[in-house]
Amino acid sequence: MNDDAQIAVDVRDAVKRYGDFTALQKISLGIRDNEFFTLLGPSGCGKTTLLRMIAGFEDVTEGAIFLYGDEIATLPPHQRPVNTVFQNYALFPHMTILDNVGFGLEMRGKSKSEARARAGEMLELVQLSQFAARKPSQLSGGQQQRVALARALAPSPKVLLLDEPLSALDLKLRKAMQIELKHIQRETGITFIFVTHDQEEALTMSDRIAVMSAGRMQQLGEPKDIYERPRNMFVADFIGETNLLEVSVDAINDGRAICHLGGGHELTCNAVDEVGVGSKVHMSVRPERLFLSDQPTESESLKGTIVENIFIGTDITTIIDLNDGPNFTVRTSNSDRGNKRIFEPGAQAYVNMEAGSARLLVD
Amino acid sequence: MAGGAASGGSSAADTYAGARNWLLMPSWVVLIVFVLAPVCMMLIYSFLTKEFRGGVIWEFSLKAYDQFFCDRGLFGDEPCAIEWTYITIFWRSIWQAGAATILSLIIGFPTAYFIATRPERTRAMWVFLITIPYWVNLLIRTVSMKFLLRDQGPLNDFLISIGLIDSPLHIINTNLAVQLGLFYSYLPFMVLPIYASVERYNFALSEAAADLYATKWTTLRRILLPAVKPGVIAGCILVFVPSLGAFLAPDLLGGAKNFMIGSLIEEQFKGNAGNWPFGAAASMILLTMVLIILLIFARQQRKAEATS
Repeated sequence: MNDDAQIAVDVRDAVKRYGDFTALQKISLGIRDNEFFTLLGPSGCGKTTLLRMIAGFEDVTEGAIFLYGDEIATLPPHQRPVNTVFQNYALFPHMTILDNVGFGLEMRGKSKSEARARAGEMLELVQLSQFAARKPSQLSGGQQQRVALARALAPSPKVLLLDEPLSALDLKLRKAMQIELKHIQRETGITFIFVTHDQEEALTMSDRIAVMSAGRMQQLGEPKDIYERPRNMFVADFIGETNLLEVSVDAINDGRAICHLGGGHELTCNAVDEVGVGSKVHMSVRPERLFLSDQPTESESLKGTIVENIFIGTDITTIIDLNDGPNFTVRTSNSDRGNKRIFEPGAQAYVNMEAGSARLLVD
Repeated sequence: MAGGAASGGSSAADTYAGARNWLLMPSWVVLIVFVLAPVCMMLIYSFLTKEFRGGVIWEFSLKAYDQFFCDRGLFGDEPCAIEWTYITIFWRSIWQAGAATILSLIIGFPTAYFIATRPERTRAMWVFLITIPYWVNLLIRTVSMKFLLRDQGPLNDFLISIGLIDSPLHIINTNLAVQLGLFYSYLPFMVLPIYASVERYNFALSEAAADLYATKWTTLRRILLPAVKPGVIAGCILVFVPSLGAFLAPDLLGGAKNFMIGSLIEEQFKGNAGNWPFGAAASMILLTMVLIILLIFARQQRKAEATS
């Protein structure tokens, strides 16, 4: 098997311009066969544009898109073997649920009875068989969502495109659908390309994530990778919660950078290739990687004053002000309270981290 | 009597109901003076006896309806045989109005679609442009059509000059001329309701259809048309009904052979030669026909709305 067979969708130097405005700047990425791939970014970052280019609703200004080795960028949407789950479902209001799901099969030349039989199976998969004869308007949002999924899966597309399909659902339903989607993806073995602005959703569901912002791809990697090793400020800030601090790099030794935080505080960070000695850059350290103590520990310790404690259910968030330096946010799990002391506001304490918890970022 | 009046008791509700009845007065006046009264008058007149110099004698008679449906021979003393003259005129009117409606639909639908798919800020301008020719009086527009369509008119001159035809087409005084006249008279009534429903159409549905392997033609037929059906039906009613009773276009463009109901009725009330009860009877028959057609359309409309 050659390498190309492993790549489901290959986007090469794709550019999208609307007049003077560039929505996508030279995006290249390879989405693997059988993968749950997520395009993640804030609204207006170009993720939906990229998805619509793969579906065929937007043409590609420059570059190419290959689907299992075939160039598809010039094909109209109805000739591309990919299907889409639309953000607001776009179910056909005048057709029954069964006819909605069977529509794609009928268009592919299946007889009405064949299409109906297969549509019935798909409705079973999403547990909506009893609604087959209803119209979309008679279904709840969550049910419509599942119909849209069944309709897109029915013609067995090579790749399924999902455009923020869960954004209209309430939190509880969304969580349940996340698990169901992931389950269906594994069961069918179809490559999923999922667009979302919800970083938690992306981390939960994806095999790999492409983080996008301002028409550029910021980082591509597995969820853990992106969370633990954000490459730049945008990714560190957008994914999860973090302490973002401006530092100046004093020395770099063996992959470790000595960083100056201001106020005489110093910290050892993980260095990155793009940042040299003397540069003023940002570093990131996750609040849950920090812990508080009344005495300095063997790891990195910085002295400060407790500003406040915020109780948020599973965790307690503490803000500590380094004397003459920046603030840190520290997160202590509620279940650790037995082992870890909670400091009252005004108390002096040390904020500690294991070596390698803090990372320098490319701006 | 519903709502506020029925709830009674509280004085606020009474005041509200009272104010509402007063505020509804103008619409009652309009309905009575301009709809109910004329229809009743026409109904009564159709059962009266004709006066020879126009007008009526107040004496009950079925003569007008008898004249419409029955052929009683030269001296009017034979048993009733079906009179085909007026039925033929009615049939021709339905046919002409139907043709004009279909023509309006063929031209009006793409026009409405075009306007509805322009950027939002330019749509109002397109609608405005559509209505501009209608600032001119219908009579003048219809007379202009006569000049445009005649054998030595601009249309024929143009077709000959580009070499499409060798000798002028005889359009004037044909059915086609009447259809074109009716089509031109009522086109905006087709465009506007269709435009309104296409504008409300969710174009994501067309994308969804294309995504599910439907060609553009199939998407139009299976997805767009069912969704905008209420607008199409409304447009067809608004063109068909006035076309059916029109008399300007058939008179000016159709000539003597292409007589329509509108002209037949008009003649009964003109000068001294008319026959008022007969005109009223023909009007009542036309009205009944239109009502039946509207009921059929309305049922269709309800079906279309129930599913969308």
